[in-house]
Amino acid sequence: MPRMPMIERLYRTPVVQAVAKKAGLPEPPRLVRGRIYPTLPIALATPGGGRLAADTLTLLGLSPTEALRDVPDARTQGEDGRAKPPAYPTKLGALVLDVTGLRTIDELELVRQVLRPAVRALGNGGRVIVVARTETTLDDLEAISVQHSFDGIMRTIGKELRAGATANLLWTLPETTPADLASTFSFLLQGRSAYVDGQAWTIGHADTPVLSDQPYAGRIVVVTGSARGIGAAISRTFARDGATVVGVDMPASGEGLAAVMNEIKGSALQLDISTPEAGARIAAHVTSRYGDDARVFAIVHCAGILRDKLVANMDEKLWAAVLKVNLASQFAMDDALLDGRPGGIADGGRILTISSTSGWAGSRGQTNYAAAKSALIGRVRALAPRLAPRGITVNAVAPGFIVTDMTASIPFLEREMFSRMNSAQQGGKPVDVAETLAYLADPASQAVTGQVVRVCGQAILGA
Amino acid sequence: MSAPRAVIVGGNRVPFVKMGTAYAKASAQDLLTAALDGLVARYGLAGQRLGEVAGGAVLKHTRDFNLTREAVLGSALDPSTPACDLAQACATSLEAVIYLSNKIATGQIQSGIACGVDSTSDAPIVVTEQLRQTLLALNAARTLPAKLAALASIRPAHLAPQAPAVTEPRTGLSMGEHQALTTKAWGITREAQDELTVASHQALARAWSEGFFDELVTPYLGVTIDKILRPDTSMEKLAALKPVFGGPEGTMTAGNSTALTDGAAAVLVVSEEWADIHHLPKLARFVDAEVAAVDYVDGEEGLLMAPAYAVPRLLARNGLTFDDFDFIEIHEAFAATVLSHLAAWESEEFCTTKLGLTHALGAVDRAKLNVNGSSLAAGHPFAATGARMTASLAAMLKAKGPGSKGLISICAAGGQGVAAILEAV
Repeated sequence: MPRMPMIERLYRTPVVQAVAKKAGLPEPPRLVRGRIYPTLPIALATPGGGRLAADTLTLLGLSPTEALRDVPDARTQGEDGRAKPPAYPTKLGALVLDVTGLRTIDELELVRQVLRPAVRALGNGGRVIVVARTETTLDDLEAISVQHSFDGIMRTIGKELRAGATANLLWTLPETTPADLASTFSFLLQGRSAYVDGQAWTIGHADTPVLSDQPYAGRIVVVTGSARGIGAAISRTFARDGATVVGVDMPASGEGLAAVMNEIKGSALQLDISTPEAGARIAAHVTSRYGDDARVFAIVHCAGILRDKLVANMDEKLWAAVLKVNLASQFAMDDALLDGRPGGIADGGRILTISSTSGWAGSRGQTNYAAAKSALIGRVRALAPRLAPRGITVNAVAPGFIVTDMTASIPFLEREMFSRMNSAQQGGKPVDVAETLAYLADPASQAVTGQVVRVCGQAILGA
Repeated sequence: MSAPRAVIVGGNRVPFVKMGTAYAKASAQDLLTAALDGLVARYGLAGQRLGEVAGGAVLKHTRDFNLTREAVLGSALDPSTPACDLAQACATSLEAVIYLSNKIATGQIQSGIACGVDSTSDAPIVVTEQLRQTLLALNAARTLPAKLAALASIRPAHLAPQAPAVTEPRTGLSMGEHQALTTKAWGITREAQDELTVASHQALARAWSEGFFDELVTPYLGVTIDKILRPDTSMEKLAALKPVFGGPEGTMTAGNSTALTDGAAAVLVVSEEWADIHHLPKLARFVDAEVAAVDYVDGEEGLLMAPAYAVPRLLARNGLTFDDFDFIEIHEAFAATVLSHLAAWESEEFCTTKLGLTHALGAVDRAKLNVNGSSLAAGHPFAATGARMTASLAAMLKAKGPGSKGLISICAAGGQGVAAILEAV
């Protein structure tokens, strides 16, 4: 740990903390992480009669209670004489809202009726999950508009929720089954999604296997950039879930790489991923360590570099270095690993990459970095349908402000400001990015492909 | 059923550095543990129990009597992996390769790591013999007057610490002084020594730039490359150095002699079957080895000339000549040591009178000699050198292709020399 600067030490004192709280800068809520379901009740509402969410909860062995509805008959008289919405007997762990059957503007009232009491009752780390219908599968203009309204509703709820509670939206198809949705529900309900807030992504349909707590047992996962920070957390998370991890990092980062790989019983490959033979070297490592028949189940492209300069000062070297390492190298590695060679990516495998809020929203001084990170989003969306026939899914995460050794070098006030500019009112941890990737790569997430999920605590930036 | 054969899976070492620099505060045990952990990570061996880890150090604290076992306990290996310390001076870790290969061949073990470390920075400081005697007497004294008498016998001169010396106990000469005698006897010129030195630095620099060490070295304490390496050294720069051995007329300088070095290296040696079961690469088979010793005390032979005897005996037993080898790795204790060995093998007189051959053994093709550099450029942490050379040679043989052969030769203190043959699987 670097020594805390004076201003930061002062800020941590009880007196200043008390002042900060009054000034609207309270200590951020403590997020609950890990493979933990809410201990409080889960309420389910199905205005419009959709069965998808209900059946998914049943599949997960969860028994929801019926959501209360804020209708005039259910209201009570408060001491101040005003009508009060119905109140849940205890705090809620989650509200699951299946709106797939809603088609008319008038029916949106049913959604308000459910949200009002539930949002009041959500406890620490509570969850709102909205299951909606992808508009491209609808014809009726009103129905399309109504379904699209949930994007705005969900994002607003996310901003109104406090105490580490999150709201997210899942777009589904008519073919989407509870099995398709189970891994996503499990992820969103559990602590694994603590820093995923205000996001919407699509769950399609596929031949989806059963969900497991050790989804990667017997599977090889390659993580580039795994010597430290987010890459190390990704490696540890996949290993926790059963994976045999092949960690890849620059030869100069070998010491940290060896330590992480020994900790998780993986194997280390010291390799500059921007060399043309990187993909072949990874495949050769896989067969030489794990047998000629061994194949990669998932590759997580985490390695990346920064060469920040305002575009007015950006020369061709800074430009090219970032595009080569952060973008072109992934094309080259994937091409090699997808050509059917021993040690390459197996059919039914996974390709994952790390975009960035900088790629999503732009970031001053980072044209090269934003170009690469934004390009990755385009690549994920275009590559997914091309690899669908082989059962290979392609997804990305876009981290927001994640606290690492690198961010520790940002001056305190700036860092404190950045880290609070989101609904969670704090920076995320590397494990939050790792958990999201591990969910996206899960064999049970077969129906999730071509998606970019932000891990940003619903950052204001580019929301 | 034929006897199991030992194969080299791969190796790992820390970058080597000059004594008293980046690793000044690391102990020999720290260095050896780092070398082991890098190897474990490269081959995914964390938590596994191996047959045996064998290794050692030349400069060793008494507290490090179980150095290798302690390093294993501090590593990511299963703590139930046994270990033993062994010593063969500068050939320690090559001797460990032979020891493990023989155990594998007899079926006693299936897998092992041969390793070595030396930290001139962590060298034990020894007190004078007089002070040692006094302290022992003090310990034995039972009465206060006896204790005081013991203490009173201490003289200021007794308190000077004895720096660790690389001298031969029987001659009192340092290794360099011994080599200077041999260098003169064989008429090895300054120019030839400097040429070999430049070649070593250039070859090692090229190997680093080609990524040859990506799978052989793991950084340690922020050091990512061998620090003794001087890619830009030249005949002119080396010519400017003053002789350090052999008097004012001497030809041996700090440039063409190895520097005192801190470092550690390890090499994974397993049976072919074990490699197959654990899906590990088989770079090269361990074929055979020979240890020779010479009588240097009476001046009959040079201190570092034993490899000149070990290699011909090894070749004869295996029916091989230098031409049968693709790579020949001769430890560069001093540039002159390598050149003295080469000269001896080219000498009809030496080969007939000393080796009992009918003619000269022949010349070593310089294009096959130390092609990725050796100790002059990499440095020489004494006990680690054998493991460094074994791992590098095995990787070179693998790249060359099945059936290619390599020879390793290392001179050691006490007038000893160890040679071994590897063959690509």
